[in-house]
Amino acid sequence: MSGPAIEISGLRKSYGGRAAVDGLDLTVPRGGVTAVLGPNGAGKTTTLEICSGLRVADAGSVQVLGLDPRRDHAALRPRIGVMLQAGGVYSGAKPEEMLRHVAALHANPLDPAALLDLLGLQDARRTTYRRMSGGEKQLLALGLAVIGRPELAFLDEPTAGLDPHARRRTWDLISSLREHGVTVVLTTHLLDEAEALADQVHIVDHGRVIAGGTPAELTRVGVSNSLTFRAPGGLPVAALTGALPEGTVATEPSPGVYVVSGPMDPTTLAAVTSWCADLGVMPDGLLVERRSLEDVFLDLTGRGLEP
Amino acid sequence: MSLDLSPAPGAAPVARMVRAQAAFETRMMLRNGENLLLTVIIPTLLLVLFSAVDVVDTGPGERVDFLAPGILALAVMSTAFTGQAIATGFERRYGVLKRLGVSPLPRWALLAGKTLSVLVVIGLQLMLLVATAFALGWDPSGDVAMVVPLLLIGTAAFSGLGLLMAGTLRAEATLAAANLVYLVLLMCGGIVIPLDKFGGAEDVLELTPAAALATGLRDVLTGTDATPWSALLVLTAWAALALAAAARWFRWE
Repeated sequence: MSGPAIEISGLRKSYGGRAAVDGLDLTVPRGGVTAVLGPNGAGKTTTLEICSGLRVADAGSVQVLGLDPRRDHAALRPRIGVMLQAGGVYSGAKPEEMLRHVAALHANPLDPAALLDLLGLQDARRTTYRRMSGGEKQLLALGLAVIGRPELAFLDEPTAGLDPHARRRTWDLISSLREHGVTVVLTTHLLDEAEALADQVHIVDHGRVIAGGTPAELTRVGVSNSLTFRAPGGLPVAALTGALPEGTVATEPSPGVYVVSGPMDPTTLAAVTSWCADLGVMPDGLLVERRSLEDVFLDLTGRGLEP
Repeated sequence: MSLDLSPAPGAAPVARMVRAQAAFETRMMLRNGENLLLTVIIPTLLLVLFSAVDVVDTGPGERVDFLAPGILALAVMSTAFTGQAIATGFERRYGVLKRLGVSPLPRWALLAGKTLSVLVVIGLQLMLLVATAFALGWDPSGDVAMVVPLLLIGTAAFSGLGLLMAGTLRAEATLAAANLVYLVLLMCGGIVIPLDKFGGAEDVLELTPAAALATGLRDVLTGTDATPWSALLVLTAWAALALAAAARWFRWE
């Protein structure tokens, strides 16, 4: 149980001369949730399928749990759980029997009935797969990925197309996996998902990792955060700047509009509101703008993340 | 969250995996309505109808004595070839084979499970059809033991062809082609219509796996030929070619 869960260097994969993965380097530590974030077509799914042994890389080295995903596929398969984007369930199967079947392929599986409840699929118990809703199918695919109690779970776009309720359940299950010591690698093009769930985020674009770190580290780079509010004109902004942390500045660019620029944290906000309280003024339309992963992505690539 | 999700990975013993896969595939096959139409309803109807009514001239002797061995061959073809090709084609299309490829189940165990389930379903079909034939006055003669190798080699040949089709064509094309082949061989494969009705084409039609199996079973069960070497040879050749081609060209996704 030593070494990282995944170690990828110089990974390349082309389809018909078009590079899907183009020199990708990535290290995933054991434990915790790692998000691979990027737009559609960035190479996320290809990378994940190479890691689970479904595709062969053109070049580069990949180690998953210390194993070669292709050569040691038989030894690796029982230790990983994979949620693929395309269903993967017999169209005539019902969710409980599909869970039971995949459970029977593992040595120490979860109880299928309990997992079905946890996923909130009790009502779909007797529905055949082809008649299940898209959200129910996604939840079942997630269940199939974890029923064998894997060390490492690969989840490809686990919440794509889910309603908020099902998304909540998926997030809860992922958090619970992390608490139980499962290493989770998920791909997503949703920033809030990466920010909410991941310990580590790797931003992928055009088949390579262009930035990586914790969500806080990534959003701190090249800070451009600000806080704005409206109040009566002519308040003493110099006094406010003095009360703020080093490097944070308060200005009044136009009468009655105040802007505080610098790293935004609760201390800064408290300093601003207590200054207002001392003066007996109400900060109207108070707005804190923090740099999001979306801004980070925009800065790095010059375009947005949504497809 | 009361479930213990802590890692406890491991594959089940391989015998248990094969058994589970076979049981699951069997359940899926028996649940599929379209499949039951091809494997149970059509063979039973043809056997009853053509035995009771003089639709085709089956030559001298009781019609059921001619028809029953042909219908047994149809049962093998319907499950090992048509049913398996369509089901596997759609499993491939919907990513089921890919999904199982990341489960602990080895590929050979998946194929073993499929083969076992095909044999179980054929066994059930044969019980039903043999009982129906007896009820219609079937009076087989000859060495019944020879029926077993014919059925097994025939199943291998049709399975190989079904998997070859499922693993190389699109699922929709497999659906269409597997049904078409079923229909053509039902008519021209010596199953309900004697091959000598086809004149000069008889020599070619005899080489189809359907005709080899139907004729071989018929020769044994009417006591005409205790060991139908040419039928066994034709079926063995089809089995070897089809299984080798499937192993070579089958694509899992």
